[in-house]
Amino acid sequence: MVNWANFLSQLFNGLVQGALLALISSGLTIIYGTLGVLNLAHGAMFMLGGYAGWVAFTYTGSFVIAVIVGTLFVMVVGVLTERGIIRFFYNRPAEDQILVTFGLGIVFVEAIRFLFGSQSESIPPPPFLAGITNLGFMVYPTYRLALFGIVVVALLVLYLVLYRTRLGMIVRAGIEDSTMVDLLGINVQRIFMLVFGIGAAAAGFAGIVNTPVVSLAPDVGEPILVQTFVVVVIGGVGSFPGAVIGGLIAGEIISITSMFNPGYAYVMLFVAMTLVLVLRPYGLLGTAGRE
Amino acid sequence: MSRESMFRRGFSRRAVLAGSAGVAGSLLLPRFAFAEDQPPIGTWPAGSQGDTVNIGVAVPRTGSYAEQGEDELKGWQLAVDHINSGHDLMKQFVPKLDKGLLGKKVALQVADSAAKPNDAVQAQQRFINDNKVVLMTGSTSSAVAVALNHFADQQKVLYLAGISGSNDTTGKDCVRYGFRQNFFGQTAAAALGPVLVEAFGKNRKAAFMTPDYTYGHTVTKSMNDYLTQNAGWTQVTDQVSPLGTQDFSQYLTNIANSGAEFIINVNWGRDAVLSTQQAKQFGLLPQMKLVIPYQIPFLAKNVGADITEGVYAATDFWWTQEDQYPLAKTFVEEFLAQHKYRPEWGAENAYVSFAHWARMVTEAGTYYPPDVIKTYEKGETIPSLLGDVHYRPEDHQCIRPVVIVKGKKASDMKNAEDFWDVVKVVPGEGLMQAPDAFGCKLGSYT
Repeated sequence: MVNWANFLSQLFNGLVQGALLALISSGLTIIYGTLGVLNLAHGAMFMLGGYAGWVAFTYTGSFVIAVIVGTLFVMVVGVLTERGIIRFFYNRPAEDQILVTFGLGIVFVEAIRFLFGSQSESIPPPPFLAGITNLGFMVYPTYRLALFGIVVVALLVLYLVLYRTRLGMIVRAGIEDSTMVDLLGINVQRIFMLVFGIGAAAAGFAGIVNTPVVSLAPDVGEPILVQTFVVVVIGGVGSFPGAVIGGLIAGEIISITSMFNPGYAYVMLFVAMTLVLVLRPYGLLGTAGRE
Repeated sequence: MSRESMFRRGFSRRAVLAGSAGVAGSLLLPRFAFAEDQPPIGTWPAGSQGDTVNIGVAVPRTGSYAEQGEDELKGWQLAVDHINSGHDLMKQFVPKLDKGLLGKKVALQVADSAAKPNDAVQAQQRFINDNKVVLMTGSTSSAVAVALNHFADQQKVLYLAGISGSNDTTGKDCVRYGFRQNFFGQTAAAALGPVLVEAFGKNRKAAFMTPDYTYGHTVTKSMNDYLTQNAGWTQVTDQVSPLGTQDFSQYLTNIANSGAEFIINVNWGRDAVLSTQQAKQFGLLPQMKLVIPYQIPFLAKNVGADITEGVYAATDFWWTQEDQYPLAKTFVEEFLAQHKYRPEWGAENAYVSFAHWARMVTEAGTYYPPDVIKTYEKGETIPSLLGDVHYRPEDHQCIRPVVIVKGKKASDMKNAEDFWDVVKVVPGEGLMQAPDAFGCKLGSYT
């Protein structure tokens, strides 16, 4: 189905998909960049955001409240996880960190399965964002259009926090050299806790705003986790702009390849990741030392 | 009688010894002959020596097919309850049923396969080792059914496919130890195709959505072959997606630009729900007509009657058939009483396939697998919930009707589960391909 109309449509579709991937990946990358912890529970946190929001929506019927509750709940879960478990693993080998976060992910998923079962749940988009919009070259679900805007705003907020606040400055300094930040008298432990909370909140927020698109199930975060890792590797580990660029590239690769043959979409994503690793081992915007 | 008095009456020591040997010999003879006829194989005889026989169930309870897997599991559980209690409904299938089978209770051992062949095989291996299961079942994915088919043949333990729509299950991947009760791609296409052509005419353009494994590819091929060869339809695109896909936007974008008039959605389980919901979000539905060649339990409930209204689908069973078939009525009532919802076809297939197995075991008078297989292969006419059926000896496929349904308008629904109208019940015999058309070669009995 190679024609201009389809190319434009897929290009646009890739942009929307990529923006969501960028948001989820940015949470993963700032956690890894600052704390040095590869959080394999990130996909589960994406799922937790969706479920927390769904519960809130069930009781209130308000999408806005669902988004707020979903985001804050996962932020709290992130903070508690960091204080209760992750901080004991900062000085342990990477394998231990991988195992503990992987295990946490399983616990979160199974807890949700225990509480709510394996069946799909969904939240409808707010009524004013339901329906379709004619873009001229294609018709597109209005909520997905809005989702693009929502995600862009969320990324901007994250950018402002990271680049225009004292907290952000410390976080970025921590990404470069956390020992030096510690030596400067800054309470790095508290910063670590906040970073984990913010990273988790980004995943939770993405989880709830994505729910009207794909619905919810306990394992909804599994494929997302794999994709976000690819995004982080492409963009450069620990780089917020890298996560944004990596997300958009990933979204476009998936969509444009799908135009020729959807079966190769994810193959091409991994080919791209391999190429980046060969040509720029630290990712497009990564630097040596963060890996 | 003392030894002394016995000998006084004329018994010599030699006669007593000879007599004893004769008695011992006569006792041993039938046992020896029995062992010769039914040598140990698979879990035989260990699996049926106690007072309970076990059945291994590997069914998806997580993942994309979890909802359908749970429905199947309820069907198997109900069948086992009815076997063990000697229920009247089960007696219609198994005339020689007592409370249990051949004097033994039946128990289920259940594991979550997550619709993954590896997980299913590992679970069944565990059940064979630990529980000496006499029967295996479970699949909501034909990838699992095909894997368990071959595993059953290696292990020489019977396997009944659960939901499995691939032509391969009783086609190129058929095995001597595997049986399938339900309809499949070829019969779905042969039953649904004429209805579509009658309703929509010739020379139409269809986009297919195909899950990327044996079920998807064979159902799509059968459906496409029928429509192109018999009615000049064109497949304008075939969007193949991996099992477990959540976001179908790129596939739907291709369909939107394909010029298709129909979306023939072969996806299954949650994938079918998501792809259908998203097709609506993208404005493709109702602009394009949706067709479901292999009906998905709970699809209509999940996507809503506004999407399934007017949609044609092929299925194994729909609960409103209770009005025409007395056994179906009892089954629906029993199931509803126990589970508070009306059974979908996954539960029906599960119940009926167990009932058929129980019948074969009682007719064979043994759990010895080759004898049970040979009883199936007699091709005897036996009941189902939709009238008489039989198993084809050449490929172990049950020759059974295919039900064509059409989605109801929400305002026409008589209750919350009244999603489909039964349009037609197509007899099975005329829908079947030639026994060797899909390359079935059954293996040996031992």
